[in-house]
Amino acid sequence: MVDVRYDIAFRLYPYVRVSAQDAAPLRHPVVIVGGGPIGMAAALDLGKRGTPVLVLDDHEGVGQGSRAICFSKRTLEIADRLGCADAMLAKGVQWNVGRVFHGPERIFEFNLQAEAGHKYPAFINLQQPYFEKFIVDEIRAAQAAGAPIEIRGQNLVTGLAQNDGFVTLEVETPDGPYQIEADWLIACDGARSPLRDMMGLGFEGRAFEDNFLIADVKMTADFPTERWFWFEPPFKGAGQSALLHKQPDNIWRIDFQLGWNIDRKAELDPARIRARVDAMLEAQTGTIPPYELEWTSIYTFQCRRMEKFRHGRVFFAGDAAHQVSPFGARGANSGLQDTENLAWKLDLVLRGLAPDALLDSYSPERVFAADENILNSSRATDFLTPKSDVSKAFRNAVLKLAQTHAFARPMVNSGRLSVPCTYDGLPLNGPDALNGPARSRVGAVCPDVPLGEGFLLNQLGRGFTLLGINTQVPDSLTESGIAVTPLQLSAQDGPLAERYLGAAPAAVYLIRPDQHIIARWPLFNDAATRQALRRAIGKA
Amino acid sequence: MPLNTAPNLPDPDGFYDELLRAHEGLSQAESEALNARLILILCNHIGDGEVLREALRAAAA
Ligand SMILES: Cc1cc2nc3c(=O)[nH]c(=O)nc-3n(C[C@H](O)[C@H](O)[C@H](O)COP(=O)(O)OP(=O)(O)OC[C@H]3O[C@@H](n4cnc5c(N)ncnc54)[C@H](O)[C@@H]3O)c2cc1C
Repeated sequence: MVDVRYDIAFRLYPYVRVSAQDAAPLRHPVVIVGGGPIGMAAALDLGKRGTPVLVLDDHEGVGQGSRAICFSKRTLEIADRLGCADAMLAKGVQWNVGRVFHGPERIFEFNLQAEAGHKYPAFINLQQPYFEKFIVDEIRAAQAAGAPIEIRGQNLVTGLAQNDGFVTLEVETPDGPYQIEADWLIACDGARSPLRDMMGLGFEGRAFEDNFLIADVKMTADFPTERWFWFEPPFKGAGQSALLHKQPDNIWRIDFQLGWNIDRKAELDPARIRARVDAMLEAQTGTIPPYELEWTSIYTFQCRRMEKFRHGRVFFAGDAAHQVSPFGARGANSGLQDTENLAWKLDLVLRGLAPDALLDSYSPERVFAADENILNSSRATDFLTPKSDVSKAFRNAVLKLAQTHAFARPMVNSGRLSVPCTYDGLPLNGPDALNGPARSRVGAVCPDVPLGEGFLLNQLGRGFTLLGINTQVPDSLTESGIAVTPLQLSAQDGPLAERYLGAAPAAVYLIRPDQHIIARWPLFNDAATRQALRRAIGKA
Repeated sequence: MPLNTAPNLPDPDGFYDELLRAHEGLSQAESEALNARLILILCNHIGDGEVLREALRAAAA
């Protein structure tokens, strides 16, 4: 028996009995447990690299319901490399303007208008089920083109044992249990991670004493495509804060911050939710436009993480490894960066091109990122939910001052929108020998730049890149069996010079498969490049 | 620039008087709100993280 714990929005991988269920346990190079956005992205990344991967999920498709809606530029860039960003961009809603209110006062507005010269916008809004479906659609296309990816629906992992050199999984199916063996296991089984529990591992952090009512409302009323956020909303029953944000298909996400001591069941009564939504819409439009409640739920939020994300042959990624409150949209966005960090490393190790030590770098890099995300999301939550009278006095002082004084506006915090972390000072990094811009320093993700008809990030392949700007890099360079792809560019002014040269006349950048910068120099140096590459694959 | 804790106000008595007058007639909560705004305005004016940390330490000591 495999329990159905939630409703399915898209039934994408119905249960199919496979012959392995009747045979002795079969060994797989990589097994991924959990077919949420993070597990599926990991599968797509590995599969497109040619590494065979098996995904086990206890449901038959993508779950329904309101979770992530804001997907960041970095997520779209990763999805672009994986081949599914176009579908996301086409369906997603783009927005730039955010308005912040305090009570009835409109305090100020901001424009997210990203810097020009990037392929993707700062953010799109898209319901998580679509986001997941587009990844699975691309998996199907990749499978058709020969990528070694297999998905097994209604395969519930119930047990795990780490042996010498492999992992054994107990799997429950509608036809009974069977066993699977894996060289490597990626646990993407969500915030409640049963695998974490099976391994007896902790998940420490902070729970916020607050409840958020989330209502997805379908209406055709003509609201602008903006993000509206209220502190201490003036409409009845709205709680401590409220949010209105547009999604595709004429759906609006409405959030009410209800506080800690509430009767959850009573609050979920549709009549009660409608009364709240009516009051909000009437306050904005003077009338109550017709609408339908598409989905409602109440969430509490936590900020916590595992101490380490690697445990022997098991890696934890996404919500299983770390959980943040949603202010700032850092959950799925950061989980995707976990898989992008892990996929190329696992692929190199499985091909025998890098030592096991490379896999050790996954945890410190992604723990560093998780801490940054948890810090940002905790700070936003503290601003939204002042914990004492004095913190409330300061919070409201900021809101009041923000109406008239520009200096206070950057302190208003309803969520700092997700940006990728820079791996400052971490072990895989090489030298930063260029007096170049801070944004493209060692450890950072390459900033995108328009190049002719296209963009720089599209020129970075699946492997390592050696980028020469205004200085020659060799046509080919192979180190430790890894061929580095050269990219020769020139720039006098414009975005490429601004983002990669700064005051320097020329530069050489060595770039990882996940588009993080390994090292940079004013000129090409063969020995230095080789040494940096060896270090970046865990060999030095 | 270190935190200046030497006398720096040209007219200490006059300033003290103005500070108290700004709070005249305010409730406790209104006064706290005024203080909070004042602190934020001054901190922004100073703008130097190290000086502000020193000031926080001096105030807490
Ligand atoms: C209200 C809300 C708003 C949010 N907004 C945003 C946002 O705007 N932007 C953002 O980036 N993030 C947001 N998030 C966070 C985002 O939803 C999560 O970070 C994301 O879903 C994590 O993906 P995951 O793949 O790690 O885990 P999940 O999506 O939880 O997937 C886990 C999968 O594992 C399966 N599974 C579990 N146990 C087993 C087992 N034993 N065997 C087999 N399969 C198993 C589950 O069925 C599921 O399919 C929000 C979250 C909430 C609640």
